Amino acid sequence: MSDIYAVARPAAIRWHPAVVRAAPVTAVVTALMVIWYVAAVLMNWNIVRSQFERDDAPYTTGQLIAGTLDAERPLLPAPHQIVATFAEDVFGWPVTSPRSLVYHSWVTLSATFVGFLLGASFGIFLAVLIVHARTLQKSLLPWIICSQMVPILAVAPIVIVVLGSIGLRGLLPKAIISAYLCFFPVTIGVVKGLNSPDPIQLDLMRTWSATPAQIFWKLRWPSAVPFLFTSLKVSITISLIGAIVAELPTGAQAGIGARLLAGSYYGQTVQIWAALVAASIVAVGLIGVVDLIQRWVGQMMGARA
Amino acid sequence: MNVNWHRAVYVIAVIGLLAALIAPLSSEPTVAIPGRPALLSATLLTALLYTAAAFATGWWSIGLTFIGVVRGCWLTLALLHDPTIAGHAALGLWLVVMANWIAAWRGVAGLAGVRPHDKRVARAVELAIPLLFGAFLFYLWEVAVRGFGVPTVLFPPPSMIAVRFFGSLWTLWQDFFQTFILGVLTGYVIGCGAGFLVAIVAHRYTFLGRGLLPLGNFVSALPIVGVAPIMVMWFGFDWPSKAAVVVVITFFPMLVNTLAGLDAAGHIERDLMRSYGAGQGQTLQKLYLPAAMPFIFNALKINSTLAFIGAIVAEFFGTPTQGIGFRISIEAGRMALDMVWAEIALAALAGMAFYGIVALAERATTFWHPSYRT
Repeated sequence: MSDIYAVARPAAIRWHPAVVRAAPVTAVVTALMVIWYVAAVLMNWNIVRSQFERDDAPYTTGQLIAGTLDAERPLLPAPHQIVATFAEDVFGWPVTSPRSLVYHSWVTLSATFVGFLLGASFGIFLAVLIVHARTLQKSLLPWIICSQMVPILAVAPIVIVVLGSIGLRGLLPKAIISAYLCFFPVTIGVVKGLNSPDPIQLDLMRTWSATPAQIFWKLRWPSAVPFLFTSLKVSITISLIGAIVAELPTGAQAGIGARLLAGSYYGQTVQIWAALVAASIVAVGLIGVVDLIQRWVGQMMGARA
Repeated sequence: MNVNWHRAVYVIAVIGLLAALIAPLSSEPTVAIPGRPALLSATLLTALLYTAAAFATGWWSIGLTFIGVVRGCWLTLALLHDPTIAGHAALGLWLVVMANWIAAWRGVAGLAGVRPHDKRVARAVELAIPLLFGAFLFYLWEVAVRGFGVPTVLFPPPSMIAVRFFGSLWTLWQDFFQTFILGVLTGYVIGCGAGFLVAIVAHRYTFLGRGLLPLGNFVSALPIVGVAPIMVMWFGFDWPSKAAVVVVITFFPMLVNTLAGLDAAGHIERDLMRSYGAGQGQTLQKLYLPAAMPFIFNALKINSTLAFIGAIVAEFFGTPTQGIGFRISIEAGRMALDMVWAEIALAALAGMAFYGIVALAERATTFWHPSYRT
């Protein structure tokens, strides 16, 4: 990216590429942190001041500012508070304790994982069907696309109520919602991928009198793999969102969504933010895992780096 | 061996229909189809239509099939009005349903196979296929729920949902107004607008852009709906908190896509603008923005779905006594699932209409883009 509007420029200092890449991000993140601290002071100002006034003790502006960054139930917790609470929730308790964030993350993660497996396999299955039956492509695909314009998360509470009433509780209803949310990107991506071979390549397979199964396994499927992994990265995040949201309407006892809900009921802002940090770390970790698998598969298939 | 599959399918459907005449309709004692003159004639007529369709070709075959399917569907629905059959349906009824299914599949497949020369007819066919398919899915849902006697508390049939939908239009409108007009639309406009403006600034100052793009990509991958409880805490239970969630959710996709779009203008065009001596504002208006249009609309379309989800999820954390999300959680708790489904139907219709309007606007403004040339 060059400076787009400049006409000419004297030769500038050449920075190391790593610096060129990292400097803007660092600058923006630093600026955001500063804004965050200022906002925390401003937003918590009134809470802390009324607290001081109730105590009827003399206070200085310095104490007030220190108080805004260390309030127990702040409107906006300062970053260091979130980090401290997060560290305490993660390391301060044994991982099996319901107070540990690791435990809650694990509950959500397991639902995410099962839902992702279900959704991805269903998505691939649908894509294979659609590519091989012209009627399905014309009749089913529009409905699949339409289903994504529907706010599907709205269905979550009913799915849980209905499944709960036939005795399915705990992990599976959440996983089903995750699966329902995340099959779509996989289907669309794989359909695109399975259709990506050139007509010339398909013709070549035909001149070799390859059977449909051979065309599928030797041409269509390998060319769909890159598309598959791109969609898997999208859908694993969606799967996590599905699992978190599925925990909301049922008043689940455990999971990141339950932590969010409990934090919102009891006004524990810092706890909500810590749960959000946990969710973000899980999301990044999941994408990282898919990325690793993609590289491994790429190597197995002899892809050039 | 050379089997005429087209005819074989109809033969199976006709055999199914005729077998239904003698098979038991219900596990309870009931009158068989030959004992009901109106239904007997309907069955025979349907069988006749399928036979004719088997030997007809092209449009005739498709038309006859669909008339037959409509008759067959009516037949099963009429049978299910009988309390001795509803909830106890046996082989006979399912045979008719299977015959309908096979014939409907054949009809849709036939429709998918025609290649009309007239463009308008082709368009209508393109539209009719998914509609017929969807209508048949609703029929299957209705028949399955009523035939197996699934408790309506668990899974109401579509007819019941439709009755409920039209019976409570006023409530639905209030919920729609609260969630969609106040929450979603306000947040959508502010969020997309803010993302767009920040992207233009970030594009002007490359340093900022290079810092924001990785961040935006990172945040787009996070489960942002989680900010809903925080927003409810900040902005209260009414619609501003929902709008705020929508703003946060829609901001980043818009930012990332617009930045990508503003970068889409080619070097040659940029050089051309420079050689015309165009100013910054002119270059932005005449080159960068038009080039970014497809990307911006992509974000608008993604956001139209995300915004709805965000607003509904935010309602799970606290609302005044209105709103789609509120109604869904309340009615689900009272096990009034027909109302829940009516709300879902409302959300579905609104979501599709929203998406459709954005897509139409896209067609109207970016008609020059290669992806629309045919």
